[in-house]
Amino acid sequence: MSETEINPTISKSTGLPRKRFYRARAHSNPLSDSHFPVPISPSQVDYSLHYPQLFPSSGQADSSKKIQFADVGCGFGGLLISLSTLFPETLMIGMELRDKVTEYVKERISSLRIANPGHYQNVSVVRTNSMKYIPNYFEKGQLSKMFFLFPDPHFKEKNHRRRVISPFLLDEYAYVLEDGGIIYTITDVEELGDWMKSCLENHPMFEALTEKELEADPVVKLLSSATEEGQKVARNGGQTFQAVFRRIVPTNQAS
Amino acid sequence: MESEPKKETEVAPALIAVHPDQSSVAVAVAVGPHLRVFDLAAGSAASLIDDSDAVPFHKDNIRAVRFAANGKLFVSAGDDKTVKVWSTQSWRCITTVSSEKRVTAVAISNDGTFVCFADKFGLVWVVDLDPPLLDKKPAPLLSHYCSIITSLEFSPDGRFILSADRDFKIRVTNFPNKPLNGAHQIQSFCLGHTEFVSCLAFVKSSQECPQGLLVSGSGDSTVRLWDITSGALLDTCEVAIKAGLLESNGKAEEHGHAVTDLWTVRDGLLVAVAIQSLHGIVLLNCNVSSQTLSVAKVVSVAGEAFVPTCLGSSSSTGNLWMVTGVSSLPGSNNPSLARVRVISGIDGKQESVVLEDESIPGGKKLLETLQGTASVDDNAFLAAAEAVKAAMYNLLIKKQYPSENREYRKKSRNDRKLKS
Ligand SMILES: C[S@@+](CC[C@H](N)C(=O)[O-])C[C@H]1O[C@@H](n2cnc3c(N)ncnc32)[C@H](O)[C@@H]1O
Repeated sequence: MSETEINPTISKSTGLPRKRFYRARAHSNPLSDSHFPVPISPSQVDYSLHYPQLFPSSGQADSSKKIQFADVGCGFGGLLISLSTLFPETLMIGMELRDKVTEYVKERISSLRIANPGHYQNVSVVRTNSMKYIPNYFEKGQLSKMFFLFPDPHFKEKNHRRRVISPFLLDEYAYVLEDGGIIYTITDVEELGDWMKSCLENHPMFEALTEKELEADPVVKLLSSATEEGQKVARNGGQTFQAVFRRIVPTNQAS
Repeated sequence: MESEPKKETEVAPALIAVHPDQSSVAVAVAVGPHLRVFDLAAGSAASLIDDSDAVPFHKDNIRAVRFAANGKLFVSAGDDKTVKVWSTQSWRCITTVSSEKRVTAVAISNDGTFVCFADKFGLVWVVDLDPPLLDKKPAPLLSHYCSIITSLEFSPDGRFILSADRDFKIRVTNFPNKPLNGAHQIQSFCLGHTEFVSCLAFVKSSQECPQGLLVSGSGDSTVRLWDITSGALLDTCEVAIKAGLLESNGKAEEHGHAVTDLWTVRDGLLVAVAIQSLHGIVLLNCNVSSQTLSVAKVVSVAGEAFVPTCLGSSSSTGNLWMVTGVSSLPGSNNPSLARVRVISGIDGKQESVVLEDESIPGGKKLLETLQGTASVDDNAFLAAAEAVKAAMYNLLIKKQYPSENREYRKKSRNDRKLKS
């Protein structure tokens, strides 16, 4: 591949984009104004841009196939890459707030597509603020899995409203998840782990998976190992705290 | 704080609310911190009583006023972070609710037991009025993440609460039996507007459509019709173009013709629309079976600069009440300004006419009460309409900052300054 030789941002040995050219600020403030385009509604998400081989003609989403997995705050995209081959028939997308990081993931996916013809066609990434625009991307009950891996902890009490898992945001996640859909969370920050778990436990539309169900789910094993952040934590021998819950129909309409 | 000059966004438009009874027993106007009520049955100003404080009852601009559907309650709320619930029998304030942030919108459940209000941070709170205690604590109900909620409305059957925001969204949420535990079940999002959503109103339920249809107005100069069960957009009416205010190739960047208020009459078969820069209103026909909106006519106010900032009417009198005005004019010593006008025959039974001052219900006395004066200075109202437009623009339109400005903005942001 001659292209990679002249492009210094792509590693010669792996053919993948080099992370050091995509360094970004450690944290973004999800509360600041947006500087990226947002689809008016889910029907305006251009699938041909994200999955060109599967949706060759430009235009609106083919009603037959929709995105089913969302990796929220996907970072450098490690989880998506693993899921892409594990669920080759499922469309999935990463949502990432940082511009440079999103560009990196885009490059990573297109390099993988070039190196492995026919593969990685079901995975894409979009730069957006998931805390504001989830309903612009997904219809009611569209998603079967949502991932929140190693989200920013926002320690200070007054910044808790910046956390990607919160009682109010769970209402929106419950809306885009199908009945029986699963939300996966993991962190190395114990306090955040407790917070995410208690938010989910207290929400009338989520219930915890049993130990047995967790063991049977091949995705659970990826939570601590597939992402860049997870690998870093593992290298340092850090502890992780996960919460995996299922979207249920509330028993009492009143709750 | 007090002595700081008001920013442009702190200019508030004049508001009006009309008692829902056939006889329109009362009309309320809020302008700046002032709340004025005229009792039409008595033919005189109602005197409001609030034990907790001196006049004015609100310490800052009022941003929302409304009567309960059953007419028994009236609510006022705004920048002073209080929500006041009034009895319309005695005009006594029965509850003052404190909010942590400024209040942008209010709604009262159809049975009159819950008051909901939205704060500046996109949170909606709920208060149980039963039992009616003087000091009530609100509970959080739902949230639009970091957006400004512009309008709150209950569906006619009371099953849903609707919230509209500056991020082009309308959220339809199941209103639970125990709302103090939060409203977690989202029914739909109505997505299609391409600018802030400013106002919501319902076409009342019918056999064909028990939930009722929703109409919404927006900064994108359109009125849209929705099915709230699915969130489906049924029709879009380019009111500003249809009313001749905009060329049909008018650019979306032009924000001069935002729809600022909507009011449905005849159970919603007619929709009155206020648009920035329009000296009058547009009347739309809503056809429930074909699920379409079409312009019926434009009713102009001749002879004076009257761009309504708020509309209201009672269920079936055929009078549409309009107010224009502003809390204060930046750079002028003018106190608040308000001007009230009425269009009769809005229900289509007679020709619709803009009534002269002497022939409006309550006459000159009503105008003196609600406007604060009987005489009006036309030029001031032109300036008022401009000030209201600028304030709305600053508050609700998304600014696109070039990247170099962004860094500067960050450094000079107020919330950062407060920390240090
Ligand atoms: C600590 S990183 C973890 C990344 C990845 N999930 C992993 O495990 O390696 C958190 C990521 O979430 C992103 N993020 C934070 N808030 C976000 C938001 N509101 N919308 C989208 N992404 C967000 C950050 O930019 C950052 O890349």
